[in-house]
Amino acid sequence: MSRLTAGVPPRVLVMLAVLLALLVAAPALLGGYGLSVLILVLYFAYVGQAWNIMMGFAGQLSLGHALYAGLGGYAAAGLYFHYGIGPWAGVVAAVAAAVVAGGIVGYLGFRFSLAGVYFALLTIAFAEFTRIGFDNWEWAGGSGGLFLKVERNVLDIANLRGGPVLFYYVILILAVGCFVLCRVLLESKLGRYWLAIREDAEAAQAVGVPVLRCKMLAVTISAALTAVAGVWNGFYYNNLFPETAFGISRSIEITLSPIIGGLGTLFGPFVGAIVLTGMGEIFTDLSDWLHIAGIKQIFYGLALLVIVMYRPAGVWPWLARRLGVEERRS
Amino acid sequence: MTSDFLLALAQAIAKGLLTGMVYGLMALGLSVIFGVMRVVNFAHGEMMVVGMYLAWAAFSYAEVTPLISLPLIALLFFALGYLLQRGLISPFINRPEHQQFLLLLAIATLLANGALAIAGPDSRVVQLDSQFDSYEVGPLVFDAVRVHAAVAALAIAALLWLFFTRTRTGKAIRAAADNHMGALVVGLDVRRLYAFTFGVGAACVGAAGALMITIVPVTPFLAAEYTLLAFIIVIVGGLGSMTGALLGGLLIGVSEAVAGLLLQPSLKSMFSFGLLIVVLLLRPQGLLGRKDAR
Repeated sequence: MSRLTAGVPPRVLVMLAVLLALLVAAPALLGGYGLSVLILVLYFAYVGQAWNIMMGFAGQLSLGHALYAGLGGYAAAGLYFHYGIGPWAGVVAAVAAAVVAGGIVGYLGFRFSLAGVYFALLTIAFAEFTRIGFDNWEWAGGSGGLFLKVERNVLDIANLRGGPVLFYYVILILAVGCFVLCRVLLESKLGRYWLAIREDAEAAQAVGVPVLRCKMLAVTISAALTAVAGVWNGFYYNNLFPETAFGISRSIEITLSPIIGGLGTLFGPFVGAIVLTGMGEIFTDLSDWLHIAGIKQIFYGLALLVIVMYRPAGVWPWLARRLGVEERRS
Repeated sequence: MTSDFLLALAQAIAKGLLTGMVYGLMALGLSVIFGVMRVVNFAHGEMMVVGMYLAWAAFSYAEVTPLISLPLIALLFFALGYLLQRGLISPFINRPEHQQFLLLLAIATLLANGALAIAGPDSRVVQLDSQFDSYEVGPLVFDAVRVHAAVAALAIAALLWLFFTRTRTGKAIRAAADNHMGALVVGLDVRRLYAFTFGVGAACVGAAGALMITIVPVTPFLAAEYTLLAFIIVIVGGLGSMTGALLGGLLIGVSEAVAGLLLQPSLKSMFSFGLLIVVLLLRPQGLLGRKDAR
């Protein structure tokens, strides 16, 4: 605990505690709509945090993270659908599947020393390959999708069946847990190694950092965490389609919160998720009013353009400077 | 193996080769941009789709066939590409990859959804008079529209080759691609050359779009698929290599057509992605790329 908070100013700790208290109390304070938006924010914060480990910490650009979320979701949902095995056991299978997949992608990519764009294309290729595979796999429902039975007015925590409040608390615990884990990782020796690899892999290798092993840990930890998000997502929406589970747009969606928020920072994914989800909601309202197909995405594209032009390092580092709560540069 | 099957196979290969030429022209644009600037154009498929829509609009509103409107579309795309590079992409040339990715993703989103907002989600077709004409060579039948599109794509690629090998600007662009510092030292205006290159790359994909609409109907949702397809082709052929892009286009065109014949149609792109993985791992510089191009 003391290592966890070492070097954090008391003012920031108080702010974090207030924020956490507000989040815990949120279901009582917000209406149904507000809660559904907050659920989305936490989901994107969590899954962005998971992606950030690989790209923000270790510097490996993955544009195929839908692979891990999709495998996780399908593993747990498939076990529940076919054999009635609940998601708490299913998540183990989900994580295992994602770790294996991440291990394969990472090992092949790193072993054959693909970097940057080439590595990113490899991750896209694996995700798309798997998407088409699931399109043609009957057990997983094929391209018609896999549907979980929707049960209203039940609270069955063992099978993760229930209303928005249940899913809210689950994703809140996941998001907070992931945040703490990332802080621990960053402060650990492994975290230091990652930053060294991110800044200059050859130099890190030269001074004795086990580069391959560290990169493999980054991809497998990131994949495992992403798979958990996939399980949550599958049970929250009660349906899975290959296109939405493994498609390139899901992979891109995962990368946006941390990039917009601030790559490699702890708070970036959270801030990015607030900005993006907030914008998404406003633009949805605006497009309902304008009645033009695609107008929501046009606003979205314009907003992304403005952010990347004027805040290329992300919103959070700039905001933190304004608030006087800068994270130590990592 | 019956002779019927062999004939069907030969027919599929011929069809794949013709479509592959247009794929090759599309990928050529991506390859030129990457080869010179080291920027991956994530908006490539979106540009392709906009080119298809422009040719469709010219045909349905002004009755100008795509082969006639193609030079105009290419010119327009050149201008747009030039301005896009000058205005938006230029400051990002030396930025980290994820920032370039986000910028081009924003541009891609604007293009695809701009097309959706203007033309709607329905698929649009260009029905030419030559739609049902064909050329017969021995037992093989070639669709006339496909042959015309392939010949036009080949001609444009040849023009591009002449541009890069015979003109001063083309040679200067190649010099800047080979040695950025050296180009600056001998006094080349690299910023202008980069804008020119992006213009040329955009013109290629715009022209490819005008040809593709004669073969395939267009919807805004095709865009992401074309972006991925262009990636596969240039990686397989060799990112930054011009002949590689054309060869990759032919290879993917044929493999899609043959996979469509032998397997379920839905599995045909799985084959392409599988090929992408194998090439990335075993020969990341592509079939015709240079080793140091990585």
